[in-house]
Amino acid sequence: MQTTWAYTSNYFVYSAMALFTISFIAHAFETAFAVRAPEAADSTQGNLLVKTLDFKRTEKTARIATAMMILGFLLLLAGVISRGISAHHVPWGNMYEFSITGALAFTGAYLAALRKYDLRWLGVFVSFSVLLTLGTAITLLYRNSAPLVPALKSTWLVIHVTAAIISGGVFLLANVVAASYLYLERVESRGPRPTWLQRVPSLDVLDQLSYRLVAFVFPLWTFAVIAGAIWAESAWGRYWGWDPKETWAFITWVAYAAYLHARVTVGWRGRRAAWLCIFAGSTFLFNYVYVNVWGTGKHTYSGL
Amino acid sequence: MSNQVEIPELGFIGLLRYAWRQLTSMRTALILLMMMGFGAIPGSLIPQRITNPIAVRDFITANPHLAQWYERLSLFDVYGSPWFSAIYILLFISLIGCVLPRSFEHYKAMRAQPPATPKNLSRLEEHQTFSGDDQALEKARKWFKANRFRIREEHDSISAEKGFLRETGNLLFHLSLILVLVGISFGSLFGMKGEAIVNVGERFINLPTSYDTLTFGKLTSENSLSPFEIKVDKFVAQYDPKTNAPKDYTAWVTVTDNGKTSKEIIKVNKPLTFGNTRVYLQANGYSPVVTVRDSEGNVALQGPVPFLPQDGNLRSIGAIKVPDAQPQVGFVGSFMPTNSRTPAQGAISIFPELLDPKLLFSIWKGDLGLDSGIPQSVYRLDTAKLTKVGLGSIKPGETFTYPEGSITLENVVPWINLQVVEDPGKKYALIGGILAVLGLLSSLYGRRRRIWIRVTTHGVEVAGLAKNGAPGLKTEIQNFVTAIKGEN
Ligand code: HEM
Repeated sequence: MQTTWAYTSNYFVYSAMALFTISFIAHAFETAFAVRAPEAADSTQGNLLVKTLDFKRTEKTARIATAMMILGFLLLLAGVISRGISAHHVPWGNMYEFSITGALAFTGAYLAALRKYDLRWLGVFVSFSVLLTLGTAITLLYRNSAPLVPALKSTWLVIHVTAAIISGGVFLLANVVAASYLYLERVESRGPRPTWLQRVPSLDVLDQLSYRLVAFVFPLWTFAVIAGAIWAESAWGRYWGWDPKETWAFITWVAYAAYLHARVTVGWRGRRAAWLCIFAGSTFLFNYVYVNVWGTGKHTYSGL
Repeated sequence: MSNQVEIPELGFIGLLRYAWRQLTSMRTALILLMMMGFGAIPGSLIPQRITNPIAVRDFITANPHLAQWYERLSLFDVYGSPWFSAIYILLFISLIGCVLPRSFEHYKAMRAQPPATPKNLSRLEEHQTFSGDDQALEKARKWFKANRFRIREEHDSISAEKGFLRETGNLLFHLSLILVLVGISFGSLFGMKGEAIVNVGERFINLPTSYDTLTFGKLTSENSLSPFEIKVDKFVAQYDPKTNAPKDYTAWVTVTDNGKTSKEIIKVNKPLTFGNTRVYLQANGYSPVVTVRDSEGNVALQGPVPFLPQDGNLRSIGAIKVPDAQPQVGFVGSFMPTNSRTPAQGAISIFPELLDPKLLFSIWKGDLGLDSGIPQSVYRLDTAKLTKVGLGSIKPGETFTYPEGSITLENVVPWINLQVVEDPGKKYALIGGILAVLGLLSSLYGRRRRIWIRVTTHGVEVAGLAKNGAPGLKTEIQNFVTAIKGEN
């Protein structure tokens, strides 16, 4: 059933994609043009030409990039809301809706973290991956807007999925930071950083940041799992039944608990911690992709 | 084995103590935690008996050899398997062994005074000196009190500490995990779960004989069922006309409990509650109401016969068994709420509501095999000792006549599947879950820190220490210093 609201939603999503594209180009520009070619003698050391970064030159571009990202976020928000209105339910009844809402959460997590940390070095990656997600959603996963089956009509579902999507956004951000750590560590082991990587914070900061992000949302994820259990109890008569989706939510929970223990009580840092963080994040992604697409069980309600 | 001298020397008690220390060490806990995560994986990839018994049966038929190995490793029942249980039992012993002693220590530490002010404050974080006199101590005491620090006063210094909530929260979190586990075990030992199909217009009485399936927890007494009755007055299922997807299910019922009668509504997300027992609306289907007569016109069977839905449009199959006819008669039936035909599939249903209902059947006579003692599915006919005598189809109000008698489709009533679950442990699991989140919040967001101030003839000295590198100490000390330096 395709209503005006559903069409409106699609326009919003398309315009958001346009803005994310501009944001991506601006971020890429900024990254490229902050590199200042050596001009004067002061930038030569011996015979070696040393390139430096000059963010003053590109500050304007960087601001445009972030502004576009914020506008894209708002348009996507409008798209997600109008999609919800068109279907008369919260917009995560199928994979298409889940993807656009997930993209919204990821952008939101990035923008929220941006208020506290200067993460603009991540902007290229964030805008690109959001574009990719939205593109896949629109082209491969699109389904007409449809009403929810009765079991999904529940306040607890809204609470559960909201908490899960927000946690997912932050977990993914932590994963991206941990992956940057691993990449940068390899680069540094071979010598000094190339110019374009100089703006990325030090390894220590990245290491701390991914931990902070995980520690920040772990309670929310715990809450999401509990809210899911409360919902399952009222819909299916049991609060836990080892359905594949539940099982993977549990695995993700245990993996992050192991990560927090490894850091806080055993003292893991650096590479090992980053790998564990990425592993834990992958269990979250796996749950989303594998269980929704190929899995069986009560949660595969979506017709994709 | 003569070269293994170390272990015998420990002695039996020593060995036990050594094993206990190993088990309750953080490294072991971490390994167990990871093992639990990895151990849960196969259960989501291999079909499980508790969630999908049919898939397990199909898997065994398709891969008999592999299935044997799976069976040996309990891979069709991972979450009840000895090895999975071993992991979580060890984990929780380890948890108790680690958390209980820490709780006592923490309790003692909370009641004790903060440690004395260190001699050399300049080695600590955020060390500052400025001029001032004994008045500074007085102001500091006020500031600490106002900011709810615990303090220890000495003649020239104050040692203040705050942020015990972090450790309290951490301990609360781990203790509540134990509570969750206790709740889960309690529920599975003392609970029960059953399902019953009830036709609209009929009454369900909560007795073991009313159930189609019923399982009790290991320690549940079988006559513990609470004595309620539910009469199903009406059931309405709404479907989306474009997608055929269900939109809403509602059952109107009359409940009799402890002599009191009331009208209630059951929906998919709104079960009925009787103490620890809840009644869920779990599935629905149709029961053709038939009258079967013998060749002389005597009624041999009359009433609704539940049929099992096979797809989203409620194409249903079932068996009508007439043991009282001479000879015995049985029908293998398909019921279509909205009948249609395609060349490829034959009869199908194209909508789940009763728009154009039709019952199609084959007629069999002979021995139904009901006296053999082997339990039979009520939805299938055992045709081993039967012979087929005809085929037919009828709509409501129609009668089909065959040499041995006739069958009339009077009308069609919906049935609902009531799932009755008693779980006396779930409230503990829920309380545990809530406490766990609260504990986590104060553990992960809490900051434990100390601040010291000392006044000497040289002036005032201030320093601090943040445990676990908690952020924000700098700002806090800045506020503290501003407060002390502030107007008199
Ligand atoms: C044998 C079992 C366990 C033991 C002995 C244990 C012990 C500990 C200890 C000693 C800490 C220290 C915290 C600190 O120093 O601040 C801790 C933290 C923590 N534990 Fe456990 N734990 C166990 C099981 C679990 C489980 C099953 C979970 C959840 C899945 C869990 C989640 C956490 C979390 C989230 C923290 C906080 C980490 C942080 O402060 O960043 N623990 N645990």
